[in-house]
Amino acid sequence: MNMFFQSELFVNLSYILASIFFIFGLKMLSSPETAQRGNLISALGMLLAIIVTLMGNNIISYQWLAIALIAGAIVGASAASFVKMTTMPELVALFNGFGGIASLLVGSAEFLNITSALNAIALTAVFLTVLIGGVTFTGSLLAFGKLSEIINGKPFLYFGQRAVLIIFIVLSFILGIEIIVDSGSLGISRFYLLVSLTITALILGVLLTAPIGGADMPVIIALLNSYSGLAAAAAGFVINNNVLIVAGSLVGASGLILTNIMCKAMNRSLMNVLFGGFGAVSSSDGNKSGEIQGEVKPINTSDAYLILEAANSVLFVPGYGMAVSQAQHSVRELGELLEENGCEVNYGIHPVAGRMPGHMNVLLAEANVSYDLLVEPDDVNPIMDTVDVCVVIGANDVVNPDARENEGSPIYGMPVIEVDRAKTVFVLKRSMASGFAGIDNPLFLKENSRMLFGDAKESISTLVSEFKS
Amino acid sequence: MDSLFIMLLFVLILAIFLGFELINKVPSTLHTPLMSGANAISGITIVGAILSSGSDSVLLTTILGTGAVFFATINVVGGYLVTNRMLGMFKKK
Repeated sequence: MNMFFQSELFVNLSYILASIFFIFGLKMLSSPETAQRGNLISALGMLLAIIVTLMGNNIISYQWLAIALIAGAIVGASAASFVKMTTMPELVALFNGFGGIASLLVGSAEFLNITSALNAIALTAVFLTVLIGGVTFTGSLLAFGKLSEIINGKPFLYFGQRAVLIIFIVLSFILGIEIIVDSGSLGISRFYLLVSLTITALILGVLLTAPIGGADMPVIIALLNSYSGLAAAAAGFVINNNVLIVAGSLVGASGLILTNIMCKAMNRSLMNVLFGGFGAVSSSDGNKSGEIQGEVKPINTSDAYLILEAANSVLFVPGYGMAVSQAQHSVRELGELLEENGCEVNYGIHPVAGRMPGHMNVLLAEANVSYDLLVEPDDVNPIMDTVDVCVVIGANDVVNPDARENEGSPIYGMPVIEVDRAKTVFVLKRSMASGFAGIDNPLFLKENSRMLFGDAKESISTLVSEFKS
Repeated sequence: MDSLFIMLLFVLILAIFLGFELINKVPSTLHTPLMSGANAISGITIVGAILSSGSDSVLLTTILGTGAVFFATINVVGGYLVTNRMLGMFKKK
């Protein structure tokens, strides 16, 4: 019996079962009602794959394994338990990076293991694993640094940027070909060949992420997510393992779809996001069609209260500013008070609001907002004329009317939430500074716009207390 | 050996198509948990890591494999737990 549980057949059947669990897990993510159970099923699949691998007769020494497993579990569990929902993008970026480095190490370990004879296909897979894994690792660390503001979040651009990038890509392929054909023409040993490739990949990760600015972070995180899956799939080709390939490609596909959705939501191509350095280069040509006219009309909370109190329909439009000021709980409270007052309340969420796909949804879910009130631009724009008040909380570029009206604007053509078509717009803002993309926003000067200056959380809380008194 | 490669390639292609079909049905409201959940799944590389770390062949392989186990475990444990935490917050009233 013991023999059967260690047999190749049993291990592979278990891997198939694990793959089915992953697939079901992802399928159940299609609805918030089943999603949590789906995640559990996916986790069970992972547990099965790990246990079966540990039981296999290839495993001879357990001491280092046990230490690494326990240490990793402690770090992972504490990170997952203590992270604040506002800093979720940072955590996901970091985890992406860890997935990348893990695959890189697996590829390297197999390559340097003299007992495993690798053919040309496996060697190609080693090259791809190390390249993608390395890029994912440093790319994610840099993204983490930019998101947590350890490093300046502005796009880092320099002269000859593309040339440098191309040099390193070519270099990585030269090293890769040498790893595969092993001709010895470069005169360096296997070990140093691998070290050189690893260093090149790590530098490439930095070069690819450095030119990307804060507002484009949702795209790069989704892309790195995809890379971490592809690195795992490539590692699957190194060790001829199906479950790595299935799971890795599912993740790769997921990341690519999200990248595509994010790019569409900004009306830009992936190439433009990766190399454009948006905001740093385009801020000067923003005002082509004449100076913006109008004046800023501030409003105080008492007047804002009176308008909200009379409103029949209110749409909250949150952006990254809501996360920064941690205003989501106050927003939910205000939303509930408005509903009690007989008003219809919805939350309009733009796909690129925040710093990662779905960031705003998680924050509002954390604050107990019912998920069926969270609506997308396509659902809310057609009925915008019937909305009495739009409350824009720390969002800027995703509500910029220039995207529809000003052909000279860098964001022209981007699908936005058309808040300026509502009867009244409140814009909660700290000051008149422009958004992350550094573009002027004529919304602030529109006839129906009222600026509510100050910290978003304080302003909303004041409105809440006005309602209660 | 080549037939094994073709088989693996076949699996890769089918899995990518399946991935596109599955992920396209995930609503935008769940995109953050989707990313962290997918992240946890990409920790599947832990299987390869365990094989490298425990096979007791060359010291360097064991060291690299053990490092890989450590990072992949963070990914798996942290990824699933944080996804679970997030999904627990999505409620309908």
